[in-house]
Amino acid sequence: MANRIPRVPMREQDPALRAKNFEEVSHGYSAEEAYLEASRCLHCSNPRCVAACPVHIKIPEFIYQLNEHNEMGAYVIISQDNSLPSVCGRVCPQEKQCEGACILGIKGEPVACGSLERYVGDWAIRHQDELPHPQINKNGKKVALIGAGPASLACATDLAKYGYDVKVFEALHQLGGVLVYGIPEFRLPKEGVVEKEVQWVKGLGVEFENDVVVGRTFTIDDLLDKMGYDAVFIGSGAGLPKFMGIEGENLNGVFSANEYLTRANLMHAYDCEYNTPIYLGKKVVVVGGGNVAMDAVRTAKRLGAESIIVYRRSEAELPARAEEVHHAKQEGIIFKMLTNPVKIIGDDKGTVVGMECVEMELGEPDSSGRRRPVEKPGSNFIIDCDVVIMALGTSPNPLIKQTTKGLETNKHGCVVADEEGATSRPGVFAGGDTVTGAATVILAMGAGRKAAKAIHEYIQNKS
Amino acid sequence: MFEVVTKRVLAPDIIEMKVKAPMIARSAKPGQFLIVRTDRFGERIPLTICDYDKKDDTVTIVTQSIGISTRKINALNVGEAFDDFAGPLGNPSDLLELSDEELKKLKILFIAGGVGTAPVYPQVKWLKEKGVEADVIIGARTKNLFTYVSEMKEVGNVFLCTDDGSEGFHGNVTLLMKHLIENEGKKYDRCVIIGPMIMMKFAALTAKQFGIPSVVSLNALMVDGTGMCGACRVTIDGQTKFTCVDGPEFDGALVDFDEAMRRQNMYKNNPKTNPETHKCECHGK
Repeated sequence: MANRIPRVPMREQDPALRAKNFEEVSHGYSAEEAYLEASRCLHCSNPRCVAACPVHIKIPEFIYQLNEHNEMGAYVIISQDNSLPSVCGRVCPQEKQCEGACILGIKGEPVACGSLERYVGDWAIRHQDELPHPQINKNGKKVALIGAGPASLACATDLAKYGYDVKVFEALHQLGGVLVYGIPEFRLPKEGVVEKEVQWVKGLGVEFENDVVVGRTFTIDDLLDKMGYDAVFIGSGAGLPKFMGIEGENLNGVFSANEYLTRANLMHAYDCEYNTPIYLGKKVVVVGGGNVAMDAVRTAKRLGAESIIVYRRSEAELPARAEEVHHAKQEGIIFKMLTNPVKIIGDDKGTVVGMECVEMELGEPDSSGRRRPVEKPGSNFIIDCDVVIMALGTSPNPLIKQTTKGLETNKHGCVVADEEGATSRPGVFAGGDTVTGAATVILAMGAGRKAAKAIHEYIQNKS
Repeated sequence: MFEVVTKRVLAPDIIEMKVKAPMIARSAKPGQFLIVRTDRFGERIPLTICDYDKKDDTVTIVTQSIGISTRKINALNVGEAFDDFAGPLGNPSDLLELSDEELKKLKILFIAGGVGTAPVYPQVKWLKEKGVEADVIIGARTKNLFTYVSEMKEVGNVFLCTDDGSEGFHGNVTLLMKHLIENEGKKYDRCVIIGPMIMMKFAALTAKQFGIPSVVSLNALMVDGTGMCGACRVTIDGQTKFTCVDGPEFDGALVDFDEAMRRQNMYKNNPKTNPETHKCECHGK
């Protein structure tokens, strides 16, 4: 076996220490570590990693440049396909994408594509002034994008490179969407990473406007008919948080993960300089098994609570990234698997004091192919707790559907769009969570890029 | 940045501001609200839109100083600016769905209390512009706490009441409402009630006793205000609704006010929101 170098591990903050702060968990590779890890790539002639990447980053090519100690060269290759490498290097589920497809993973450990991407992205942030800017020839056409999250950021980048005047309208006071309100600082630094990569998109000439709620401040029809835009991209993301519909969900001390995380992340509630409060529990139960559940439970831990995950299936079915589950366990998060809430119990003041659960076992596979959890009769028990956080996913925000004539949505309320992002309304494109329901940053970016191409074709054919 | 253009004190701790916000001024409708943030450390605070002027591009807000963030809002001076002023949010008043003919047939009673008086104003004014004059009860604990009385008198038929009898009818808004219906021969097809939660609860109950449909405007706690966080959930007729996207106006007979009041106080003892007890408990750094 030619490849004898083991995968270079990522240095991390000590779990006991980091469970008490909001600083980033992983330190990232040093140059030496990155070069060494880059040397492990076999440079397959038919690279499966590229095919498995939703934005098809030319992974072996950038790794080749790194192996040559040429960060700029690596960056130029990545930036052709991804405008947010520092973000994606941190939050992509690599084990299901590039690294999951890596040939080295069959007998050993795959190349750490994600850590290498992060290294290149972070290098680029430190050298932002030196980065080459693509030659842009303005074509005089205007495109409006709704929501400044990953889908729109990817779409905006490509549209700007095609030569469009691009304007992104954002309802919140910061740019980045889920990158700023959802994903915690300890996983994705806001000032050091998200702001910097958004800055790079701005550098392409993309304009942003905050505090605009499309559907209310003005509508998609206004954008097309009155404001002179040639096309619109809807990247407004996931919407209303889902609840279970069990008794006690409106008690004081029950939150959606969206609320809890928005308070902590967007509003910096954990930092005393900021005015937004957060409800501090002694014992916090998070219901759900996805990345959002992991983010919420690890945030609760950092705020000083004993923190528990309750999930109705078994550990093998946890939808969260493997790394997040691993990190959560290291930090002392308690995992109660095959457990489902039945009701939330309050005291006479309406404040949470516990949650009644029932044990589950796995039955026959359901439509998702996963074994369906079924209740064990009579196994009910109570977990004492003072905070319950529901991390069960979201259903789309109804605002744009309600205020846009002729925009088709499906039975879940998601905007219906074809593979390229075209909706039922000519000139209106959509991508990301608003189409798929809650998914990943990189899938949203992939959809944004496809839509940019489709918008370009649409406008060229129109004129 | 959204500049404060005018500022005046309406009553102790209750301040009106006109704020330059062209896009909201052009799109706002009666019944809607907005979210403001004074500075990068500030909370996102929902406030009902009290007036809007398409000519001078301003939106009027009225804020009562209660916690740190409302005090910060009221501390802004003319020429200073809000970092954020996002909206309009929520659904417009459902009166807007009615035709002029339908509106003219309706006898509408508005019931306003405390800082809720200002948000009633754009609805009454809007009706006046349609040629419909509505009755408006304005209640206060005592006479120096009244706000928006002269403005309201220009657009509606105003009845005042005070808890201590210092001006107008001696009693609260529900007693005055009963008085108007039972002793003054007034008949109403609809009530619109905006004010403190406890006032809305009892006014809606009284309206129900008289068989009058009522609408209340709920001021639930919010974070984003755009349908993302779910902080503002309320129970309407046994079903959970989000105030920001399903409201803010709901059928007064169907609201679970006790739950809404309990949820409104969720952060009352939180060290951050109480300016007196605020001490650094920073877990972040």
